[in-house]
Amino acid sequence: MNKKVLMKFKSIIGLVVFSFIVSLLSPRFLTLPNILNVLRQTSINSIIAAGMTFVILTGGIDLSVGSILAFSGAVSAYLISSGVNVLLAVVMALVIGALAGCFSGIIISKGKVQPFIATLVTMTVLRGATLVFSDGKPITLAGDKTSEVFSNIGGGYFLKIPIPVYLMVLVFIVSYYVLTQTRMGRYIYALGGNEEASKLSGLKVSNIKLSVYAISGFLAALAGIITTSRISSADPNAGIGYELDAIAAVVLGGTSLAGGAGSILGTIIGALIIGILNNALNLLNVSSYYQMIAKGAVILIAVLSDRKEK
Amino acid sequence: MNKPIFEMKGIVKEFPGVKALDGVDLKIHQGRVMALLGENGAGKSTLMKILSGVYQKDQGQLIYEGEEIHLKGPKDAQDLGISIIHQELNLIPHLTIGENIFLGREPVNKFKKIDWKKLYEDSEKLLKKLKVDKDPRQKVSQLSVGEQQMIEIAKALSLHAKIIIMDEPTDALTKKETESLFEVIDELRKDEKGIVYISHRLEEIFRMCDDVTVLRDGRFIGEDEVKNLDENKLIEMMVGRKLTEQFPRIEVKKGELALEVKNLSNEYIKDIHFTLRKGEILGISGLMASGRTELAKTLYGVIQKISGEIYIEGKKVEIKSPQQALQKGIAYVSEDRKGEGLILGLSVKENMTICSLEKFEESLRISSKKEKEAVKRYIGHMNIKTPSENQKIKNLSGGNQQKVSIAKGLMTKPKILILDEPTRGVDVGAKKEIYDLINEFKKEGMSIIMISSEMPEVLGMSDRILVMYQGRISGEFSIEDASQEKIMKCAVGIKEA
Repeated sequence: MNKKVLMKFKSIIGLVVFSFIVSLLSPRFLTLPNILNVLRQTSINSIIAAGMTFVILTGGIDLSVGSILAFSGAVSAYLISSGVNVLLAVVMALVIGALAGCFSGIIISKGKVQPFIATLVTMTVLRGATLVFSDGKPITLAGDKTSEVFSNIGGGYFLKIPIPVYLMVLVFIVSYYVLTQTRMGRYIYALGGNEEASKLSGLKVSNIKLSVYAISGFLAALAGIITTSRISSADPNAGIGYELDAIAAVVLGGTSLAGGAGSILGTIIGALIIGILNNALNLLNVSSYYQMIAKGAVILIAVLSDRKEK
Repeated sequence: MNKPIFEMKGIVKEFPGVKALDGVDLKIHQGRVMALLGENGAGKSTLMKILSGVYQKDQGQLIYEGEEIHLKGPKDAQDLGISIIHQELNLIPHLTIGENIFLGREPVNKFKKIDWKKLYEDSEKLLKKLKVDKDPRQKVSQLSVGEQQMIEIAKALSLHAKIIIMDEPTDALTKKETESLFEVIDELRKDEKGIVYISHRLEEIFRMCDDVTVLRDGRFIGEDEVKNLDENKLIEMMVGRKLTEQFPRIEVKKGELALEVKNLSNEYIKDIHFTLRKGEILGISGLMASGRTELAKTLYGVIQKISGEIYIEGKKVEIKSPQQALQKGIAYVSEDRKGEGLILGLSVKENMTICSLEKFEESLRISSKKEKEAVKRYIGHMNIKTPSENQKIKNLSGGNQQKVSIAKGLMTKPKILILDEPTRGVDVGAKKEIYDLINEFKKEGMSIIMISSEMPEVLGMSDRILVMYQGRISGEFSIEDASQEKIMKCAVGIKEA
């Protein structure tokens, strides 16, 4: 096979080889229940990482996703426990997530604040707001306060496949479409590639920035709804550190933190690698302390091999 | 005159596709100021980069105090006592004056702790020598540009520089700052330093310099003592070349008025008036920082106007952003291809269509078929050499990148096309092709504004020429009346008698 093609599919090949090694180490790995389990566990991180891909492609970063997840989870739990219609509750939580993203986006594009700082602000403020809103305690959906429809979002199955897996696939299909087939997608790459040239090409740079943070917030809220639904409870401390897992998935997928280069397909693979790694280490009974070290090592190796290529 | 302290002999420097220097000589004498004069692109900066060790010469000799030397990097030049004061100052704003002067060479005591007392005392001595009344503990960010320049000179002195190069030192200075700079230069001359003074401003050269070396198109034109020369003679040396390249200027019957600009002013340009007809090429000449690019960017909505009016086809328009400019039919092709024009990581196709993507949109998505067809048409028509439309633009040659930049503007179907240095960094063959394309647009009735530092290009292509100097239009010529000498006079701010 020619080298170029090999390079192109490097990450997929890496994923396959990696899975193969894991399957040798643990016979349980390649069983259907375990595979579905991995996909379900990966869905949260990969949905957040999809949003993060939009942001990172513009050369930004979004640290607020974990807080948005917790906040929108709390909002959805509160609304449902107050008897609000499930659809309405879900839509409101998603809108709030998108608005939180817009807030970061406005600070960045209008206030000319660096994305790291702006989203750090959103992250801190929203985490505080969640704690205030929930009085620091989980909002639990139980008894007559629960809703079967809602708990199916995170915990249900359709054709034996968990619902979150469908949602993940849907998010990736739409993201792929937007990034590769639409003007918006092209503008995102252009902005990340050269902001000055994008401005001079007549792109509405601040609108694009606003949009990517809104998308990231929206998807973080979706992840929040799934999390809340699955455990029937919204923990105000949920999602702490999730931004780092999402960034890791994006970077593992070969997207440049400088912006302008990368792909959503890479992000899926990155998220899957992280998911499989966690799963494999669990199957092999490796303590979660060591798991973190292993995760760091894998990211380092992947990023270094990418660097050499360039 | 005694022997020069430093001599450059027969320097040749080639870049891919361009011979930047072709046998250039330069002599630097102790206690004298040598002016280095030439148009934009004459090779002054390249020569100075070789002198300061940033570039290495391909051929020629560097002779320092009678011995041939080789400079492998800026450090070698610094060790020999060669200091360059760049147009863009290289100070660190958040550090103090003293910290900047001794950056990387801080005096230390025996425990390797920085000896602040000595650092600031030494800084103070240097400042006193340059008659700068500032506390060396003050941060550089609080200083004016002129004062910052003095700090650069202090840094050069602290390095025991014997040769000091000043690249357009007065460009950003006020009159008063310029005067005090001249006093310092006089002092340095008395201290037996050898000085190279690069400037476009002829009056400064007559005022400050002892000798002058003129470059043109990378070649050495002559060296003489300033007292033997006058302005006319110098201008002749700077521009006195024959129009060697072929410019296929075509005559097109001029159409109706496309653009009228009245009283346009902002912080960069003052009272700009001009008109432009359909099928006309308006050349804008002038030296760097004369406000040409700023004028273009004001028309294109990148820089906001403060006062004045713009009329397109007789209708008054307000242009506040590039989007609005494009909608109203103005396209701008930047002089800075890599910084402002192209997105290097994207493909030829993606770059070419970025301004006009909505034309290829079909129910929310980009029709890749339509887009590809259009891009291929332009690639074929403009003879862009690329393996495919999906090739990354950074892998193309300068000329082909420039063609893509122009195609990007053209795809918006502009009425008025502004080309800022359309052939900068483009090899000769591609230049000719670009000229042919520009003429073709002209034939189709497009109005073209062509900003250029290259005199033959302006004279060879334009129907009318505006010359800018310090943000104002200092001259307007029909092509029949224009000559290199007249343009150069306006460009350096000499009033017509």
